[in-house]
Amino acid sequence: MTPLIEFRELYKLYYMGENVVHAVDGISMEIFKGEFVAIVGQSGSGKSTCMNIIGCLDVPTSGKYILGGQDVGSLNDNKLAEIRNKMIGFIFQQYNLLPKLNVIENVEVSMLYAGVPRDERIARAKKALDRVGLSDKLDHTPSQLSGGQQQRVSIARALAGNPSIILADEPTGALDSKTGREVLHLLQELHDEGNTIVLITHDNSIANLAPRIIQLADGKVVYDGPSGVKEAVVHSTDEEA
Amino acid sequence: MGFTQSFKLAIDSIMKSKVRAFLTMLGIIIGVAAVTVIVGMGNGMKNYISDSFSSMGANLISVNIQGRGTSRTVAVDDMVALVTNNPKVLSYVSPVVPISGTTKIGTEKLTKTTVNGVSEDYAAIKSYSVTDGRFLQYIDILRREHVCVVGSYIAKTYFDGNAIGQSIRVNGNSFTVVGVLKEGSESSEGGSDDVVFIPYTIAQKLSWTGKVSNYEFSGTTENTVNQGAALIKSELNKVYNSSKYYNVTSMTEILNQANEEVNIIVIILGAIAAISLFVGGIGIMNIMLVSVTERTREIGIRKSLGAKKKDILSQFVIEAGTTSAFGGILGIILGYLLSSVATKILVAAMQANITVAPSGTAVLVAFSVSVAIGIIFGYLPARKAAQLNPIDALRYD
Repeated sequence: MTPLIEFRELYKLYYMGENVVHAVDGISMEIFKGEFVAIVGQSGSGKSTCMNIIGCLDVPTSGKYILGGQDVGSLNDNKLAEIRNKMIGFIFQQYNLLPKLNVIENVEVSMLYAGVPRDERIARAKKALDRVGLSDKLDHTPSQLSGGQQQRVSIARALAGNPSIILADEPTGALDSKTGREVLHLLQELHDEGNTIVLITHDNSIANLAPRIIQLADGKVVYDGPSGVKEAVVHSTDEEA
Repeated sequence: MGFTQSFKLAIDSIMKSKVRAFLTMLGIIIGVAAVTVIVGMGNGMKNYISDSFSSMGANLISVNIQGRGTSRTVAVDDMVALVTNNPKVLSYVSPVVPISGTTKIGTEKLTKTTVNGVSEDYAAIKSYSVTDGRFLQYIDILRREHVCVVGSYIAKTYFDGNAIGQSIRVNGNSFTVVGVLKEGSESSEGGSDDVVFIPYTIAQKLSWTGKVSNYEFSGTTENTVNQGAALIKSELNKVYNSSKYYNVTSMTEILNQANEEVNIIVIILGAIAAISLFVGGIGIMNIMLVSVTERTREIGIRKSLGAKKKDILSQFVIEAGTTSAFGGILGIILGYLLSSVATKILVAAMQANITVAPSGTAVLVAFSVSVAIGIIFGYLPARKAAQLNPIDALRYD
């Protein structure tokens, strides 16, 4: 079985004056379809850069990133936009809903860029919003919703595009612990339904919800294995991302 | 994403910040309104001029002969023959002999009155009609009768309307009034109703030179005027061998010249108004640049959801184009409103029947130009938006 996501000796370097920062320093990993993986690490560990590369928002300096069998490391902006549109469903810490659009319009946006016809767009958006339990809030604008509800809209937006991967970047970071747990529960359910989920977080307790943990430090993988074992725990907790 | 979607987005964006959108459009509104009104004024002037010319007779041809020595002369009969031989082109001719002496009624001196010696056909050429008595007749010309026809101003002012049979002294000669002309404009001193016409045969005697150097022709229709003018020119050229010694001016030529001058004025004023369209375009660019900065995060979100460069580009270009198109429409409406106000002011201030009439073509051009300006000036900010890096844009607060 070919992996859905494959990093081969992947590097991402930033040049800050004379210093070279190895944000991603030779990572190789594989994530298969249907997996629920948490990428965990402290700030500066390279997990955000990893997320950007997985999400096709950024390209590696060297090495290969193979997504669904296709080498996407060397594609141009427009091709990357197309891949983001078709294969990636983003869930951001700050929800990143468009404030002037209402809930259903927000969910429709990515399908709009994919050229999905209007009726199908609306049907899929309604179905996705139904899945996250917001069928009664279609006409609300994001500012009329609570944080947890906004995050559920963004999950619906990610789902509606039928992506290969749901990429969640600190999805509970802006929520209180109770609503945070609800959102995580929803992600677990989506995983149970067969979705591939990559969760990026600095929080061990959240990461432990995923069956598999990839732990990063200084741009390198320091642990890749099942959650719930001693080695999977991020050691220092004095730093918050 | 299709055009309709981008258009809807643009409308939404405009409607959600009306005051800003209005201020953005203001330059375009003023520019388009100014162009509309100025072109409208030009049209009004042209119509006014052409109306007043046709009331004077657009088929008139004036001939002025400076002469060349004493051997070369044109006789009145030659000019009359020209008309008789070309009945399809020319209908009438009359000599016009201006008298520059003193005109008196009783002891009162008429200093501003125009006195001309003309033939019996002059009334037909000028479309004069007589309200009292008769116009000059051939017999008056032939016999050099001391009779005259006066304008309504003279009849009213000096004879209380009963001018027939009264007398006027021109250069010491007494003339009996045989006819009064219908009021042409408003009877005023020195105007077209303050006139005295006497037989040109006597006028020749009264004038210093005794020669006839001015003629007034009428063409059969307005369309044959130029042809008629050419005929007269060729006839005069036979005598003088050079165009330096005479002038032939048709009313249509004068009308064309006047229209030409109005056009130049309209173009100059229009160009000034067009500057405000240009400034309006810069205003749009300015606000769009601000808008792109403000919406950096939105752009980042859209890009993360799969918007391509061209999607973002067209979104902002269409928004700029729509904004300026709205401005254009408001400008046209404002232009029409101002035109009717300007018409009222002109009518009241100048007592002239000028209607400020914006032309459809000008309005269409102004609208298209405003849309084009929006698109051109919106392109730069749109390109800036399209080229934003999605990661940086997502992080932007």
